[in-house]
Amino acid sequence: MQLESMYQEIILDHYRNPHHKGLRDPYDAEVHHVNPTCGDEVTLRVRLDGDDVADVSYDAMGCSISQASASVMADLIIGRPVKEAMNTGDEFLKLMQSKGKLDPDEDVLEDAVAFTGVSKYPARIKCALLAWMAWKDATVKAMEAQA
Amino acid sequence: MSIDVGRIRKDFPILSRTVRDGRPLVYLDSANTSQKPLQVIDAIEEFYSRHNSNIHRATHQLGEEATEAYEGARIKVAGFIGTEDESEVIFTKNISEGINLVAYALGNASTSGPEAERFRVGPGDEIVITEMEHHSNIVPWQLLTQRTGATLRWFGVTDDGRLDLSNIDELINERTKIVALAHQSNVLGTVNPVREVAAKAHAVGALVLVDGAQAVPQMPVNVQELGADFYGFTAHKLCGPTGIGVLWGRRDLLETLPPFLGGGEMIETVAMERSTYAPPPHKFEAGTMPIAEAAGLSAAIDYVRDIGLEEIHAYEHELLDYALAQLREVEGLRLLGPAEATDRGGALSFTLAGLDGREIHPHDVSQVLDAHGVAVRAGHHCARPLHRRFGLTASTRASLYFYNTRSEIDALTEGLRQTQKFFGAA
Repeated sequence: MQLESMYQEIILDHYRNPHHKGLRDPYDAEVHHVNPTCGDEVTLRVRLDGDDVADVSYDAMGCSISQASASVMADLIIGRPVKEAMNTGDEFLKLMQSKGKLDPDEDVLEDAVAFTGVSKYPARIKCALLAWMAWKDATVKAMEAQA
Repeated sequence: MSIDVGRIRKDFPILSRTVRDGRPLVYLDSANTSQKPLQVIDAIEEFYSRHNSNIHRATHQLGEEATEAYEGARIKVAGFIGTEDESEVIFTKNISEGINLVAYALGNASTSGPEAERFRVGPGDEIVITEMEHHSNIVPWQLLTQRTGATLRWFGVTDDGRLDLSNIDELINERTKIVALAHQSNVLGTVNPVREVAAKAHAVGALVLVDGAQAVPQMPVNVQELGADFYGFTAHKLCGPTGIGVLWGRRDLLETLPPFLGGGEMIETVAMERSTYAPPPHKFEAGTMPIAEAAGLSAAIDYVRDIGLEEIHAYEHELLDYALAQLREVEGLRLLGPAEATDRGGALSFTLAGLDGREIHPHDVSQVLDAHGVAVRAGHHCARPLHRRFGLTASTRASLYFYNTRSEIDALTEGLRQTQKFFGAA
């Protein structure tokens, strides 16, 4: 059935038991993003340590896809150099724009490859991207604050 | 007389298609937009195939035919909503544009001549809406109050989804310029006591605008009996095409109400310094209008009148009764809006918890339903303040029309149980 191609077991696991959830101190920048069509919301904080992502914490309300995506993202980028994490974000964006036709690089995207099926559903792409967009925004703000 | 749904469904080609790997379509999203019968599709095709031309300004035969189709639609609409004067019927793009027309025209009154004095809005004036409005009936008024310094106020909503009229005497007072409210809620299904509110508004000299987007498709509407000053609806929820809506206004008001959009066809004379305007309704119809869509709307009105608005209303009431009973049986489902079918239309918004008690997000509910061929809407349905009122960010909405059946309600409830299974604890 088609449903399983969207709701991979990895996604449902992250949805049921999200990683790194909850807002933490200290932080360098905080942003609040919403998905205007469904009202999903995420508040996200970033702490940088030099050129590295020291911590990402978040509080989010929304569907399984947006919740799982935030959880997978936090796993992927905490402790990584900002540049590398941005690159991962770009790869994820490409995957989400691929309409299911891209063969994702599992070395780069790890658990996030599970979202390949979501990219076939235009109405849900924003759900998967919500946390990533918030993180990029917060990171830019944090870097500006540092400069 | 009851309606023959089996026969009616044959008029709607889309209802026999399949979706998502061969599943029969169960379309429960008519509050969003209704499906179109062949009669409407054919009327639009006929217009473009045989009569296409611009209106009012072409002197050739096609121009006459197109003008007749367009102005004929206006006469039809007038009869349909209970007015004899078709010049009270303004065509718009949709109901949002109709509401914006009134809001902007009121805003323009302060820079118009003395004849527009009664429409002027400024600091100290109040505009009253309700918490259950669609964003289309909230945002234009917010913009108007921001432009003019007037104050926006609103009726609350009771826990069972009715308008809270307990403070009506305080809310509607001598400072009130206009009261704008939905005839029927697009989320709760609630049918509002428009006549009572209008009487109160008129007693203090305020105008009344009614958003009839959800009501007109579902029940006989007579704008005069309701006591409205302006009444708007949109064709696409009434089996008609997208791109055309209607704003009805009382003739004496339309005479002196300043225009909204300027352009061709809305003028009397134009000089480089200033212009004078055509009488209503043309004063409010700038530029080339949706002509083929008017022909489609005309066919849609013929179609629902042939079935009968009373019959449609009675059938939907019966279907709604059944749906409410079936949804009550779904464990973990919380319905928004009145639990009984009295003074209630066919919008069924709800939240759903899994068998583990955890809420399943409406997007996830609608995705599983979609995989079963059941089309519903998920989100705040352009009524975010109302969702906040009930402590929610979103809900799932199934909405009924006269082409729906009991077995489609059963498909919905079966789909909801499958959803609970799918998102059950691992």
